[in-house]
Amino acid sequence: MPEIQNLTMNFGPQHPAAHGVLRMVLEMDGEVIQRADPHIGLLHRGTEKLAESKPYNQSIGYMDRLDYVSMMCNEHGYVLAIERLLKLTPPKRAQYIRVMFDEITRILNHLLWIGSHSLDVGAMAMFLYAFREREDLMDCYEAVSGTRMHATYYRPGGVYRDLPEKMPKYQPSQYRKDKDLKRLNEARSGSLLDFIEDFTDRFPKLVDEYETLLTENRIWRQRTVNIGVVSPDRAMQLGFSGPMLRGSGVLWDLRKHQPYETYAELDFDVPLGVNGDCYDRYLVRIEELRQSNHIIRQCIEWLRSNAGPVMIKDHKVAPPERLEMKDDMEGLIHHFKLFTEGYCVPEGEVYAAIEHPKGEFGVYISSDGANKPYRVKIRAAGFAHLSSMNEMVQGHMLADMVAVIGTQDIVFGEIDR
Amino acid sequence: MTDLTIFMLQTWGALPEVLRFIVVTTLKIFGIILPLIIVVAYYTYAERKVIAFMHARMGPNRVGPMGILQPIADTLKMLLKEVIVPANANRFLFVLAPVISLIPALAAWAVIPLNETFVLADINAGLLYVLALTSMGVYGVILGGWASNSKYAFLGAMRSASQMIAYEIAMGFALVGVLMAGGSLNLGEIIRAQEGTVLSWFWLPLFPLFLVYLISGFAETNRSPFDVAEGESEIVAGFHVEYSGIAFGIFFVAEYANMVLIAALTVILFFGGWLSPLQGIPGLKDSILAQPSFGWLASKMLFFMFCFLWSRATFPRYRYDQVMRLGWKVFIPITIAWIGVEAVMSYMDIGPWA
Repeated sequence: MPEIQNLTMNFGPQHPAAHGVLRMVLEMDGEVIQRADPHIGLLHRGTEKLAESKPYNQSIGYMDRLDYVSMMCNEHGYVLAIERLLKLTPPKRAQYIRVMFDEITRILNHLLWIGSHSLDVGAMAMFLYAFREREDLMDCYEAVSGTRMHATYYRPGGVYRDLPEKMPKYQPSQYRKDKDLKRLNEARSGSLLDFIEDFTDRFPKLVDEYETLLTENRIWRQRTVNIGVVSPDRAMQLGFSGPMLRGSGVLWDLRKHQPYETYAELDFDVPLGVNGDCYDRYLVRIEELRQSNHIIRQCIEWLRSNAGPVMIKDHKVAPPERLEMKDDMEGLIHHFKLFTEGYCVPEGEVYAAIEHPKGEFGVYISSDGANKPYRVKIRAAGFAHLSSMNEMVQGHMLADMVAVIGTQDIVFGEIDR
Repeated sequence: MTDLTIFMLQTWGALPEVLRFIVVTTLKIFGIILPLIIVVAYYTYAERKVIAFMHARMGPNRVGPMGILQPIADTLKMLLKEVIVPANANRFLFVLAPVISLIPALAAWAVIPLNETFVLADINAGLLYVLALTSMGVYGVILGGWASNSKYAFLGAMRSASQMIAYEIAMGFALVGVLMAGGSLNLGEIIRAQEGTVLSWFWLPLFPLFLVYLISGFAETNRSPFDVAEGESEIVAGFHVEYSGIAFGIFFVAEYANMVLIAALTVILFFGGWLSPLQGIPGLKDSILAQPSFGWLASKMLFFMFCFLWSRATFPRYRYDQVMRLGWKVFIPITIAWIGVEAVMSYMDIGPWA
């Protein structure tokens, strides 16, 4: 009799469900997974090392590219760390703008998550519905920063510029009917805030729409209930954070427990799961979509009634106005120094963490007083989540592993850094 | 009549009987297969368009007006691509597999009655012939998965094999119910047995069997939500992961031809085939709409073909073991129970089978 061996299978890195470049070596007994061994590093770009060789401000753009589906939140963590080292507080309006865009980013991220998660489980429609809404939010990014993804909008001391008074509009195209063009441009006729408000009016109904397709769907429940169960204790031991931790029923949200920016003034709930399976994490994230929407509405209200600066006036850190730079010798010097040499940060260490859509995103900076960080360490939530992969999928079937990858909401940009 | 026509008719008459039969049959075969292939090609286009609209996007719209030439462009593209045979693959089986999966899907049309008179082979064991041929198709899938020498393809083939067995049985039992109600294995006779009104079609008295048959049909053709053998996000493309070019294209055509076939069979067995739904309504007796015609068969088929696309756009995919559980623990007991009910009722002379 030949010896019976387990089947070793390579999953990825070119696999459609690998969410980028995840490579896993699976040891399978038929369809049942005995061991899953995730391999990382295929998207390693040396972000931390690159940041050591550049003035502080020039690394903000790298942060966008970490978790490339929640761009501004990554910036936020980095910018917050620098601000803590510099001991400066951005103006209130800038803080509200940041909070608003953090929540927009959370919706962006969760939309991508729900789309790819359900696509992995086989429901194709969700993916495209989610992208339809993402398109609107990308337009908000574009209106405020000029790019749809890698915004570089948050700067130490505030945000790059105030919210624009008008939105870019769609141009006529032979592939788009006039009626559609009108409908698309209608919400875009006012300011950015009007556009976002219009979105928040529509969005809860759209979430209901997603839920009609999934929440009570028998197949969806069969595929997610009791899959990848993590107990609350184990979730904490594994270093989970964000929806992964809350899905297991642990109440931990940095926005509530270590409030940064203006979260302490805002009203929102933190959803918790009970069973710690894929379905609970799904429900938690769906509720987070609604809560984010609620937070955005509060921010809009505040931003409408409170005008003010969005950047500090200290020209050692923040660039002077364009006009000032052209008119004033001092302004020109400030401008030149800031964009060549940057600014020096006092000696010291700091760790700043924010509630990233995926979990706790922390940036640790060690400064030796130069204009570049001595060392930057990024704590990515996905890394801790991915390392629990083996534990979560053991004894499950191949198809469940895909569901678990989906529920972990893995993005390789931040894991490989 | 001109001299030429007379000459041609004389030549035709002078041909031996067998040769004449062969020529006529061959022409009939082409008459069925060619439109079928065109239907299949445009079914892929319809799928992309229908699903696109359900997904709030546009679908193919660049090749020709509204993308109408897309299937032709796709075919051309696949014909021009290289068929790569993987190293260590079994060459013979690798090439044979797509052919095996396509042939039954087309051959089954021999016994499908397209209207009251036109059927290529009016054989008595029509239902058995269909059952035998549709179960042949799975060999293409299994062989393709096996011959590819790839682990993904292998898993797909294994999944497909066990799934087929489970659903073939449920499907067979559902057909037994139809056979008992129709009293014949000939598909034309089965349709004639359903004559009357919409309510006398078999879908109503055999409702559980109809549902089982339709869902098994989805499973049999590897369509969503039972597409575990392809399971794009799990095993990439399953059994045809190593196929490229027209070899992949043939698998693709076979899948769609099977869907059309299942739609046709559903209509014939449960929805009165070519019969008109308006038949039996007193006011419309002489109207052309109440007459049985190919048009009714086609329009009913279109509805079921649409159902295939609809479910694909909507449902998540079952897990492999859940597909099995549904087949063995739900469908087979339901069909057996309903056959029992049917048998008792027809023995006691009650109900529609009296």
